Formats: sequence, structure tokens, C-alpha cells
Amino acid sequence: MSLSIIESCVNCWACLPVCPSNAIYEAKPHFKIDAAKCTECDGDFAQPQCASICPIEGAILDQLGAAINPPGSLTGIPPSMMEAAMAEIRAR
Amino acid sequence: MELTVLGDNAAQNSAGGGCSAGSCGSTDHQVSHLPDHIREKVENHPCYSEKAHHYFARMHVAVAPACNIQCHYCNRKYDCANESRPGVVSEVLTPAQAVKKTMVVAANIPQMTVLGIAGPGDPLANPEKTFETFRELSEKAPDIKLCVSTNGLALPDAVEELAKHNIDHVTITINCVDPEVGAKIYPWIFWNNRRIKGVKAAKILIEQQQKGLEMLVARGILVKVNSVLIPGVNDEHLKEVSRIVKAKGAFLHNVMPLIAEAEHGTFYGVMGQRGPSPEELSELQDACAGDMNMMRHCRQCRADAVGMLGEDRGDEFTMDKIETMEIDYEEAMVKRARVHAAIAETLAADHAKVSAPVMTVAAGTRPVQMAVATSGSGVINQHFGHAKEFLVYEASPNGVRFIGHRKTDQYCIGDDTCGEKESSLTTTIRALEGCEAVLCSKIGFEPWDLLEAAGIQPNGEHAMESIEEAVAAVYLEMAKAGKLEQAVITAAA
Ligand code: SF4
Ligand code: SF4
Repeated sequence: MSLSIIESCVNCWACLPVCPSNAIYEAKPHFKIDAAKCTECDGDFAQPQCASICPIEGAILDQLGAAINPPGSLTGIPPSMMEAAMAEIRAR
Repeated sequence: MELTVLGDNAAQNSAGGGCSAGSCGSTDHQVSHLPDHIREKVENHPCYSEKAHHYFARMHVAVAPACNIQCHYCNRKYDCANESRPGVVSEVLTPAQAVKKTMVVAANIPQMTVLGIAGPGDPLANPEKTFETFRELSEKAPDIKLCVSTNGLALPDAVEELAKHNIDHVTITINCVDPEVGAKIYPWIFWNNRRIKGVKAAKILIEQQQKGLEMLVARGILVKVNSVLIPGVNDEHLKEVSRIVKAKGAFLHNVMPLIAEAEHGTFYGVMGQRGPSPEELSELQDACAGDMNMMRHCRQCRADAVGMLGEDRGDEFTMDKIETMEIDYEEAMVKRARVHAAIAETLAADHAKVSAPVMTVAAGTRPVQMAVATSGSGVINQHFGHAKEFLVYEASPNGVRFIGHRKTDQYCIGDDTCGEKESSLTTTIRALEGCEAVLCSKIGFEPWDLLEAAGIQPNGEHAMESIEEAVAAVYLEMAKAGKLEQAVITAAA
């Protein structure tokens, strides 16, 4: 049972101090979760703390590898709008 | 009629649409209503005093990466675009590095008197890092003032600790007092171990901000309020914000323009929310000025910017360079005290000076905005191509008043290696929209032609002259040349 942090993490530090299990550590190129220590916050909090403060959609995955905060869920930007904007910028 | 410098004459008041002396930066008039202990803090403060900011410098250290809320104008992949310059990711320092950097800069730039922690996240969402930096600096460099900027969510819990470190002032970013408006600005907050969204989140944030503001004022800590002007979202609402925060004891309200570009990947940027035009910003600042001390000289400095007005010497003080520098701070403090005393003398002399430029223009002559390139000391002393920001002044029959800053992406880097020279120059010219002249110490042929084509008259004839006097002189020349007769001037093609 463990969450994981993937490469879209921007190393913002927000998750590290809120983890009740001291499972998160600073690493290169991005922060990581020690799978042996992560409890998914079970017994401490109703929601996994790291995924409740992380500002980056897709940076934290559940034990099945699915993004806890999928595209659009935090910023409110519809994924299609984001894609269109990025495509436009690339075309410049 | 007499053309005076408004800041020096509190009795001046212009007719409708113009400016009252009280709305121009924190002029003497503006701070005169404040209690003595606050006025003392303000008068020589580079962030608060329009005069002092020509002579002193401030810096920020980026020690606080984490944030506890999301704003629609921010993308955490970059530094906050609105508190700082967009797209520039600052080097996050440990508290020990930040202390060393601050002391090295203070020793090398004695005018540096204020150290701020503003990010790149929220300083109070990183209490250990922020407070450790403050604790060490109060001990090792007692001649440096400390300040902190926050979104306010964690502020009530931090007030006690802030009071302990003898913080000079706190800036709270307050964009709204109505949760319905707030829900359009803040998609979520992290609160009591949960992510909370929508109106409920905005309501909690607003309550915490207001509570924090009240607690700071009760403790006698100076509070400045920053607001980001978001057209169609909080523009009208900011007038109410201004009223409320002033009633609660904030002593300055600084309205900043929204910066939103699709490439920043922010909600506002991607969704096409526009920022305000310089005119809209100016109008809102004028509208709020009746209720509030407005601060027009805020430069939305980059979170890790270093240096005097108009410059960023950050490159001289990167961490790898700092690690190799040794300083004797005891010795530096002696030099700093000498420099500060000299500046205080200059400011006092300036204060006593009654010789405002005296000239005549007909009442009813239309006002003109002019941009000025300066690197401090209140004089025109910067090359057009070296200016990273311009000061904008308005000349009218009532005198000369400071309006605000326009930032530009510096296009001239000393040599010609920059391939985007043309387009950056265009950006600079766009930043000067609404100005009819630009006063600088020197200017090249190419920008001269482009400025003229854009209807902005370049002027390098007043190098090393006092800004107010030069602006007044150019205004009078324009009046004499008959350029100010028609109500609206059309750009010379
Ligand atoms: S889920 Fe909870 S325990 Fe696991 S890393 Fe995140 S905060 Fe720590
Ligand atoms: S909060 Fe998210 S983005 Fe920030 S360090 Fe943790 S995983 Fe990375």
C-alpha cells in the first residue's frame, strides 16, 4: 500500500511536511515516497495528505498507478482547452 | 499659474478626474495622518515611500517553496507570475544560504535595507524555513528590516511568532472580501488536512485574511494589502476591499495588474482572461485613492530580485558566487550606517527644499504622461536601453505627480547577441502605451525612430536633472509648441 510521485512533480515541498508517516523525501530529479513507510494516511486522515495539497495534476499516483488528481481537477482548466492552448503555442 | 511638485505641496488638489496629492505614492501628505511610530517606519522605506524608493534598495530571498492555496493566476511550475515576474523560476535557498546571501548583498549594496520573504510559495506555509531565516538575520544583521508577504491563510497562527521576530511589515494579498468573487479566483485551499474547493474555500481564506489583518494591527505591526486587478472578476469589488482593509487598519493598498498569458499555463492565461490596460489600472487606483493610501511605485519585484530601482543585480549574487565570498559584517554595518545617514540627510534636504519648478501653463491644459528612465536618486540617469522599468509621471497645470511603474523586458544587453532585439523593443514600446514622451540620459537611433513612430517623443536633453523638474520643463515646451491644445493627441505616424 503506497502512493507514488512521478516526474511531473515540481519539487514544491508542499507534501513533505504534511505526511504523517515521514514517508516523503527530497530526491533528484523529484520528490519520492518511501513505499515501506507510506500508510496512505490510513488511521491518520480520511484523505491522503500529500495528494490533498499537491498543486500538480497527475504528480501523485495511487497504488494502482492512477492519478489521484487527474487533468483539470485542480486548476479547473478543461483538458481540451489546455491542449488547444499548448498546441497553439507550439505552432508559433 | 504655478506648476509645483504635488508631493511637496499637500494643499494642492486638482479638479475632477485628476489627482489629489494624497493619491500619489506615499507622499508626505499621505503619511501625515499616521501615528508617529508608523510614520517613522514609512518615511524611509523603499517599499512604502515614493521618495525613499529612489535611494534605498530591497531584496527578496526565495526560501519558501510550498503553498497552501491555488490562485487562478499562478502555475506552480513557475514562480507566481503576479507576485513576481512570469516564467522565471527562482533558485530556492536553504535558510542558511538565504542568510549568507542577504548579508553578502547588504555588505556590497549598503542601500539595501529591507529583506523580504515572499515565496516562491507562501512564506507562512513554510513556517520553519521562513522563521529560521528571520531569527538568524535579526541576530546577525540587526540593521536589516524584515518583511513577509502572504496569502493570509496561515496568518492568524503565525502572528505571535512574527511579533517575536520584530517584523517590520507584513503584506497580505487580498483580492476579495466576497466568497462568491473569491470562488472565481481561488479554485482550492488546503485546510484542516483536506483540500477544499469553491465558495467554501474562498470563505475560509477570506476569514483568515481578515482575522490575520486585525491581529497584526492589534499588535502594532504594519500591514500593507496587495490586490491583483482582474478585469470582470474583481475590478469593481476592489473598491470595497480598499474600504474594508483601510477601516481595519491596513495603511497601504497596492493594486497590481493581472499578468496572464497562455504560455504560463495558468487558469486565467489558458482561459483567455485578460489583464487590465495601464489606463484601467490607473483609473482603479484613482477610484480607490479616495478611501485609501494607494501605492503606485510598487514594482512587483521578482521574488529573488536584487538591487536599486530599475535594476536587477541578481546575477552578481548567485549562490555559487556567494559561497566564495567572505564578508566582515561588523565592518559592513559601519559603512552601511554611514551610507544610510547620508541618504537621510539628502532626503531631509529634499524635504526642506521649497523650490518647486515654477512655470506657467493655462488652466485646462490637458495632462500628459511621460516615462522616465532612472536608476535612483530622483534624477534622470539611465540609458533607455538599460532601463528594466520606467517611472511614469503625469504633468498637468496642477503640477507633476508620480503615476506608477511600467516594466519592460530589457532589450539591450550591452552587446548585440540578442536575436530578439526587435521584438523586445516593440514590447518596451507597448509597455509605454499612453505616454507621450520618454526622458532618459541617452538613447540609440533605432529606438528613437521607433518611439517617434509610435507617437512617443524621446528626450535625452535632461540627463542628471531632477525628474520632476525635467518633466515640468518638457510639459511646458509641449505647451509652448502648441501640442497640448487639442483634447486628444493623435499618434504621429
Ligand atoms: S499517502 Fe499519506 S502516508 Fe503516504 S506519502 Fe502521502 S501523506 Fe505520506
Ligand atoms: S506537492 Fe506535488 S509537486 Fe509538490 S513536491 Fe510534492 S509531489 Fe511534488
